[in-house]
Order: sequence, then structure tokens, then C-alpha cells
Amino acid sequence: MNDGFDWDAVRESLPLLLEGFRVTLLATVLGTLVAAVLGLAVAVAGRAPSRFVTVPVRVVTEFVRSTPLLVQLVGAAALFNTVEPLYIGITVLGVHYAAYTSEVYRAGIDGVPKGQWEACRALSLPPRRTWQAVILPQAVRNVLPALGNYAISMFKETPFLAVITVQEMVFEARKYGADHFAYTEVFTLAGLIFLVASYPTSLLMRKLEKRLGH
Amino acid sequence: MSDFFSLLVEEFPQVRSGLWVTLQATVLGALLAGVLAFALGLMAGSRLLLARGFSRVVVEFFRGTSLYIQLFWLYYAMPLVTGYELAPVACGVVAFGLNYGAYGAEVVRGAINSVPRAQYEAAIALNLSPSRRLWKVILPQAWVQMIPSFTNLLIQLLKCTPLLWLLSAADLMTVVQTLRDRTGETLAAYLTLLAVYFVLAYALTMLMNLLERSAKRRLGLATGASSLFKSRSASTAALGGTR
Repeated sequence: MNDGFDWDAVRESLPLLLEGFRVTLLATVLGTLVAAVLGLAVAVAGRAPSRFVTVPVRVVTEFVRSTPLLVQLVGAAALFNTVEPLYIGITVLGVHYAAYTSEVYRAGIDGVPKGQWEACRALSLPPRRTWQAVILPQAVRNVLPALGNYAISMFKETPFLAVITVQEMVFEARKYGADHFAYTEVFTLAGLIFLVASYPTSLLMRKLEKRLGH
Repeated sequence: MSDFFSLLVEEFPQVRSGLWVTLQATVLGALLAGVLAFALGLMAGSRLLLARGFSRVVVEFFRGTSLYIQLFWLYYAMPLVTGYELAPVACGVVAFGLNYGAYGAEVVRGAINSVPRAQYEAAIALNLSPSRRLWKVILPQAWVQMIPSFTNLLIQLLKCTPLLWLLSAADLMTVVQTLRDRTGETLAAYLTLLAVYFVLAYALTMLMNLLERSAKRRLGLATGASSLFKSRSASTAALGGTR
């Protein structure tokens, strides 16, 4: 039934895959946004003066980044089975990656010279202004390429969302493949779409890294 | 004790065999990835344009197409194309090996490049043969640089093994899910599963720390025992796009 590569199946499934690709992109962008904001909050909380804040924060981030995204997704979807799967997917992706981005922010914050903190002290800036006007602008600039790389990794892990029935690209690919018994065509096509989207982006990140002098 | 935990104890042999499948996939996948990482990473530093080009294309291909797709391609599409079918766990091992081998190749390449130029020059001045130069001078120093990134990749690989559940291999996740379905205790089941993966990840991290310590010793860099318990560094994973 299925000898060689069936170009009709490619033509027929491509619009479906691209439709799913929009959901893939949406999940990546929103997930990255959650990871970027939450990661920053976690990194700043990790520098709180009290141990009652910093120790739990460290334990939770360590736990989240050491455990599989797939288990977190499936568990969350089973616990909150009334919530739209896409929202669960975005939240879990965001939280999972926040555990990584918080470490990146932390390294960025540590990279800000000590004299900057001391200068804030000397000017008696309140903590809020110290962070907002002095520390973070310098720290965030240094971590941008690393954040970009995590966004690319997240993009390549969005197929996990298909497992909790989010109708992204791989979900559509599996469905079409099962209905028409054309797995070769759809999975090859989906893989190529990933490659075409992620390779130029990672080249861009490499360029950015070089420019910022890493 | 709740139903889930009593069932977990009751069905312990099944859980143990699931754990075994997960560990098998992790270790074999990591070994394949390690071999590919060194082969492709060394080729990337070759003088032959063909070898460099081949390595570049393979690395970018397996990094760029998602692991998930590679796994499904091996499982669903390969039997249709080649008529040859792999067992689910073997699919996992091959897909994990290829994907993380490609990421690892970048680590090997970067670490070899980071060995100071003077070391090459000294080895040439001493008239060491190219293979002795690599084995005795370059690799021992590069190896120390590679280990933290390899640790990160190994944990990433471990975290991908629940994908085997989708290929209906009887891995840890599959087994715990069946226990959950029998008791209906979602929270207990998934928290237990997460905890087991956490313990596995920490144990693997400590093994890699041990490896790092012995590698450093060989270079005459002594480290204290506390270095064995340190957690993975995320900054090395993030920079240079090693993920």
C-alpha cells in the first residue's frame, strides 16, 4: 500500500501541519514569556536576605529541573482535567524552563561587578531601584543569548504537548499518519519544518553571543 | 497508608522491571551518545574539509529535528521504509543516542578548542605523534572541561526516557501509570514518579562528579569531597548552546 514516498500525502498533510505549527509557535512564545518572567522572579527571590526564602526556592527549582517534563505535563493534565490542555501545556513548559532560566539570570546577576552594588549602597538607593535601574539592565543584557537558546530548546520540546492532546503540529502529524497510514511522509515533513525553523534561529543566537562577547 | 502505596509495594517486581527498562535505555543511550559525540566532535576538528562538513551536517540535522520526531520516525516510519523493525526500547536507545550524540559533539568540539594553543605547540615540539598528542596531552585536559556539560546532557537524556511510554515499552512511567489507573490516585502516583526520577538524576549527577574528580586528579588538580555533592551547573548548559 505504501511503497516509497507518497507526494500526494505530503501535499495533503502540509496545510494541516502548518495549521498545527501555529499552535506550536504560540506555545513556544507564551511558554518562553512565562519562563523569562518567572525565572527572573525566582532568581531575585534566590537572593533574598532570609534563608526561609532562599532554601525552599533552591529546592523547588532543583526538583523541577531534575524531573521529566513529560511526567510534569501528564500529571498536571490529569490533576487539572477541566482546564484547557493548551493552557496547561504553556504553564508547565514555562515553569519547567523557568527553573533553567532562573539559573541563567543568577549567573548574570553574579556577573554584575560588586562595585555596582556598593555604588547603589553609597547613593542609598532603595532595593527596588537598585534592581530596576542598576543591576537588572546589566544582568539581563548578558543572559539574552542563553535565554534565546532555551527558547529554541523549548520549541523542540513542544511535541510533548501532543501527549496531553494539544493540537499542535506533531498531534496533527500523528493523526494524519494514523488515518492515512502515511507515517513516513508526515514525520519527515514535521522534522524538516522543525529543522527549517530552528537552524536559522540558532545561527542568529550564535551571532548574538559573539557580538555580546561570550 | 493509601491504596497507591500499598499497591506499589505489592507490585514491586513490576515496578523494578520498569525501573530496569528506564535505566537500560538511559545507560545504553548515553553510551551510544558518548561514542557519537567523540567521533563527530573529533571529526569537527579534522583537517579534511569532507570530515568537517559531514560532522557539521549530521550534528545540525539531529539537533535541529526534534528528538520526539526522531523517535517516532524510527518507530512508525522506519518499518515502512526499510521493512526492518526495532523493538521499542531499541528505538529509544538509537534516538537518544543520535540526538544527544549530536549535542555532545558540540561539547567535545568546544572542549578541545579550549585547550590552550601552547599545549599543541609543546606536543609538536616534543615530536609526539598525532595520536599520542591527542591521547596524552589534548584529551586529558579537554575531558575535564567536557564533564559538566556531559552531566547536563545525561540528565536531559534521563528526563526523555518517559517518552518510551508512548511506544508502549514497559518503562517506569508506563508501570506507575497502570498503578495509578487501578487506584485513581493521581497526585500520589505522579509525585512518586517525579521523586524517583529526581533520585535517579541526583545519583547520576554524583557519579559524574566522581568522574570529574578523578579526571581532575589526573591533571594534578585536587578537589575536596564536597564537590561530589554539588548539583549541576545550569550556566554551562546555557552558554554556547550546548543544549
